[in-house]
Amino acid sequence: MTATRQDKQATARAAAKPTTVRPPARQRPSNGATGLLTAVRNLFTNPKYGPVLVTAILLVLMFVIGASRYRGFTNPQIVFNLFIDNAYLIVLAVGMTFVILTGGIDLSVGAVLAMSTMITAKLLEAGWSPGVIIPLILVITSTLGLLVGLMIHLFKIQPFIATLAAMFLARGLCYVISNTTITITDPFFVDLANTRIPLGGRLSITWSVVVAVIVVIAAVLVLQFTRLGRTVYAIGGSEQSGNLMGLPVARTKVLVYVISGFCSGLAGILFTFYTLSGYALTAIGTELDAIAAVVIGGTLLTGGYGYVLGSVLGVLVLGTIQTLITFDGNLTSWWTRIFIGALLLVFIILQKVLTSRRT
Amino acid sequence: MTTVPSTQSTQQVSTMTPVVDMSAITITFPGVKALDSVDFRMYPGEVHSLMGENGAGKSTLIKALTGVYQIDSGTILVAGESVSFSGTAQAQAAGISTVYQEVNLLTNLSVAENIMLGREPRRFGGIDWRAMRRRSAELLTRVNLDIDPGSLLGSHSLAVQQLVAIARAIDINARVLILDEPTSSLDVDEVQELFRIIQSLKEDGVAILFVSHFLDQVYEISDRLTVLRNGKLVGEYRTEEILRIELVQKMIGKELTILDDLEQRTKSAASGEDEEDAETPFVLATGLGRKGSIEPVDLRVYEGEVVGLAGLLGSGRTELARLLAGVDRSDTGELQVTGKPARFRTPRQALRQRVVYSSENRRTEGIVDELSIRDNIALALQADRGWFRPIPKRRLDELAESYITALNIRPANPDALVKNLSGGNQQKVLLARWLAIAPRLLILDEPTRGIDVGAKAEIQKLVANLADNGMSVVYISAELEEVLRLSHRIAVMRDRRLVADLPNEGLTTDNLLAIIADGSQEDQAIEVPAPQRDDTVRDAGRTTLTPPTTPDQEPTR
Amino acid sequence: MNLLANRLFWPIAMLVALLLVNLIAFPGFFALQVRDGHLFGSLIDILRNGSPTMIIAVGMTLVIATRGIDLSVGAVCAISGAVACSIILGAPDPDNVGTVVVAVVVAVLVSLVLGVWNGFLIAVLGIQPIIGTLILMTAGRGVAMLITEGQILTIRSDPFKWLGSGFFLGLPVSVVIAAVILVLAAVITRRTALGLFIESVGINPEASRLAGVRSKSLLIGVYVFTAFCAAIAGLIMTSNQTSADANNTGLFIELDAILAVVIGGTSLAGGRYSLFGTLIGALVIQTLVTTVYTVGISPIATMVFKAAVVTAVCLLQSPRTSQAIANWRRRSSRSTKQEVVAS
Repeated sequence: MTATRQDKQATARAAAKPTTVRPPARQRPSNGATGLLTAVRNLFTNPKYGPVLVTAILLVLMFVIGASRYRGFTNPQIVFNLFIDNAYLIVLAVGMTFVILTGGIDLSVGAVLAMSTMITAKLLEAGWSPGVIIPLILVITSTLGLLVGLMIHLFKIQPFIATLAAMFLARGLCYVISNTTITITDPFFVDLANTRIPLGGRLSITWSVVVAVIVVIAAVLVLQFTRLGRTVYAIGGSEQSGNLMGLPVARTKVLVYVISGFCSGLAGILFTFYTLSGYALTAIGTELDAIAAVVIGGTLLTGGYGYVLGSVLGVLVLGTIQTLITFDGNLTSWWTRIFIGALLLVFIILQKVLTSRRT
Repeated sequence: MTTVPSTQSTQQVSTMTPVVDMSAITITFPGVKALDSVDFRMYPGEVHSLMGENGAGKSTLIKALTGVYQIDSGTILVAGESVSFSGTAQAQAAGISTVYQEVNLLTNLSVAENIMLGREPRRFGGIDWRAMRRRSAELLTRVNLDIDPGSLLGSHSLAVQQLVAIARAIDINARVLILDEPTSSLDVDEVQELFRIIQSLKEDGVAILFVSHFLDQVYEISDRLTVLRNGKLVGEYRTEEILRIELVQKMIGKELTILDDLEQRTKSAASGEDEEDAETPFVLATGLGRKGSIEPVDLRVYEGEVVGLAGLLGSGRTELARLLAGVDRSDTGELQVTGKPARFRTPRQALRQRVVYSSENRRTEGIVDELSIRDNIALALQADRGWFRPIPKRRLDELAESYITALNIRPANPDALVKNLSGGNQQKVLLARWLAIAPRLLILDEPTRGIDVGAKAEIQKLVANLADNGMSVVYISAELEEVLRLSHRIAVMRDRRLVADLPNEGLTTDNLLAIIADGSQEDQAIEVPAPQRDDTVRDAGRTTLTPPTTPDQEPTR
Repeated sequence: MNLLANRLFWPIAMLVALLLVNLIAFPGFFALQVRDGHLFGSLIDILRNGSPTMIIAVGMTLVIATRGIDLSVGAVCAISGAVACSIILGAPDPDNVGTVVVAVVVAVLVSLVLGVWNGFLIAVLGIQPIIGTLILMTAGRGVAMLITEGQILTIRSDPFKWLGSGFFLGLPVSVVIAAVILVLAAVITRRTALGLFIESVGINPEASRLAGVRSKSLLIGVYVFTAFCAAIAGLIMTSNQTSADANNTGLFIELDAILAVVIGGTSLAGGRYSLFGTLIGALVIQTLVTTVYTVGISPIATMVFKAAVVTAVCLLQSPRTSQAIANWRRRSSRSTKQEVVAS
């Protein structure tokens, strides 16, 4: 503060003539109760944190409701099961977050996930080693992402259409590989699928959860601490401004689809751990779940605002809806989709309100 | 031309090497010479204003300097070395940074990031957020801004964002700082704050290229000016040696009088104005204004009257027109049409009352470029009739045919797509669209901008004819001859206020220039001869013409 | 050269090529037979199987022309089928024509409400079309499940079955309906000023506003019409399967419809549209599917071919490609000019 004041005085002295201008300092929120209130209000109406906070509160609320209504809901394993059941979706949502942060969309993630389960199952059936298959899958799906990204960037094809083509391609390839379920019997996969990592107190998680957590941490670090990550946000804010600021816009725009492709492949592998099979019709509509999780997690569909951790919260909200419905027993499973749709509506309108307030 | 070589200045700039020396710069776009052999130079520690009306080539020159455009011929020296930038990044590396009119920052990121992104401090391979905050806080101090570097840029006012943009620009070890319309969104106090920062940068030896439509500001801050017109260099002057009126004259230029007969006619029509005073005006605006756009304005337009709206770009002339036609909603004042209160909240409501606004942005707000001439002409009429009552095919053809003939639209093929037409013909198609609904008030915003002389003359003739036949016209143009030739009455806008409203009797371009330059009041303006040279240029207008009307318009001293 | 410049050149060429492939692989492909006064044959099959996509694509064309998109049509199909089937199942006499008419009318009305919902989100709240319709796309199938109570509702109702597999004037009813909707849309938009407004809003919304076009009600109307088309298509599909399957009725049909529109030369950026082009596009897609069958490729590979078609069409339409072609033409014409000069 003192430094600032001194500097101000220096500038004032340097200025050619005296001025009667009011001090340039912008007022900070005053302290006290009203200050706290405005601070809280600012936090909620901030497009950066507001939606994430709402999601977090929603999640807590759902747990409170669950705990008050259903026996057994208070078991901490419920939370771990959410992670176990949705590890693949978390990974998908991470990739989707990158894409949506730039203002794009990726419709292909479900189909690419299915494709990688099919390739995995087929190659395992043919006797390939998992040590070869897993890297191969990741290379294939990343390459597909690269092609999509190039289509979008070089040929100015809308992300919607380019990823739609990728979706058709991946889903079609699934059928080409096999139109029946291929069961996985490879010991490595079976082992990984069945191994539980004990956390003490009869709580446990699976390796998939570990992978998902690593992916999330990596994504958080990349988005927060690398120029790539900040450029992702910059593109979502304004591609033109990003260019004028000398950021690597073109490269990053392509890269987010590579990342999404990579995540889809990885999610596919996690999915095979979960189901121990490959099936062409698997995960239809999963792209919608991933998009919904990202949006509910507070990422703006127009890009620029959002957090990976928000998307994780979004996945957990979706998972909790499902758990609640399972616990209830009276509500049928199709309520899940309606709830998701209703949440989407609420969040999209919330986003609309928050963004229009600024302009 | 009176190109004054800047022989000396307070800082003896002439003895120094210019930090920017552009000579004989030519840039051609398809069909247009955007810059025609223009010279431009800047010295360290000076504030240099680049002046000119729309299309003069200011932004092209800036883009040539910053590497956005490639020059066709000419040389650019930066600090004596020949350069050829192929992008803003290279220009920035050489110390030339730009702050654009529309703040080109990222409102979704923090202030610190906006200052530092692209050259962020790193630690362990990642962004060092603490160093970033520290460094950006230092830069914010330099522009006198006491805000939290971690706060979201979008949460601050446009003025603060503008200063953040400057903080970013000076961090790139700026030798040249280009400020393109930096004050257009600032209030008086904020402008003063900006000027203090400019002063201190100047003392650090930074050369500042200043672009503004506000003459007061130009005179207050700049040491020298370069004037461009139609892509050509008009001259380079020391600010203290050029009168405002001369400057405006040089910016606007004198056009050949190609329409003498037309002038005769409007003048005679204007003489019949006395009787009109008794009538109810067709449109009467009282205190019409919009926050952040224009101050409340009173204006009346009689039937068959052409009211010219003069003023520099950004003076509020377009904003006023948009309020009159419901394109923007006014938040103060009221509007009466033929004596009855009218409230236009959409252009559609105005169109219903036959009040039409033809936008200056022909491409984005005028023509529908992928539709045919016929469809473009029919659009407003059809919208007025509603979708269920299509104009019968034969009438549609007649309509298109008649306007194509009447306005001499080329190609004379009603099926031709409007995007393939020249600017002048596009403008005529647009006019035809409005005429087709038989408007009672036609507001034409820069209808002749960027079109060739022939089409210009045709459009002016047309306007005169329309008024003779009882249509009211509000005519906006930066070309004063045009306004003088056509209008019965002329309203002058300056700094977003209506400063004069006078009958076009004995008015000359010089009178108008004086009002535009100094914002004098109606009564005295006519009698006043061109202002005399005075010791201080800024005060010349005020002392000779009239006392200042409102205190807040006075330059703060 | 002029022929090449026509935007329907590539789609029509593609359709002709596909038909030729079929003719070579299966010489009797073009044969039409009359049985019991009804037309049969591979071409008729293409028309009949393609009619739901065709119907939705008509609505989608208009939506896309306004710079919009409607992702929810598949879900609307499922809802309308579910509504109709549950009404028919709940009625004492499923074979009663009156029951079926009531079922169809209610199904269509429900869908119109859904269309108003989409239009409200987009025109009034100003939500991007792709996002606004995503909500109904997600929730819609849940609603359909709610109506069918999670069951696949199998119905036996002759009047309802007629909708999907009956014949009218010797032609399959669904084909007749598709033709009627196509012609209706063409007449309504081209004989009134609607088409002009749709295109002008799609090309330049601000200029249209200044010209007094009421874009809000126009947008709502377009989404309502698309929902109407989706409802009809959903009824046809449901009738064809004699069951309402909330999960699978109309699955991916939004993508096929969008594809048909894009192949038919209507740009996703809005503006000029061609319903005839959309017809060609829908036929290309259905013929492609049929071709995959007749040529003996495993039918499940269809999606790979669709991917190829989308990619090819998009790349051909991309501004960069057209620029490259223009450059190439300029260069070649310049060289011919030089040759002329030289000679």
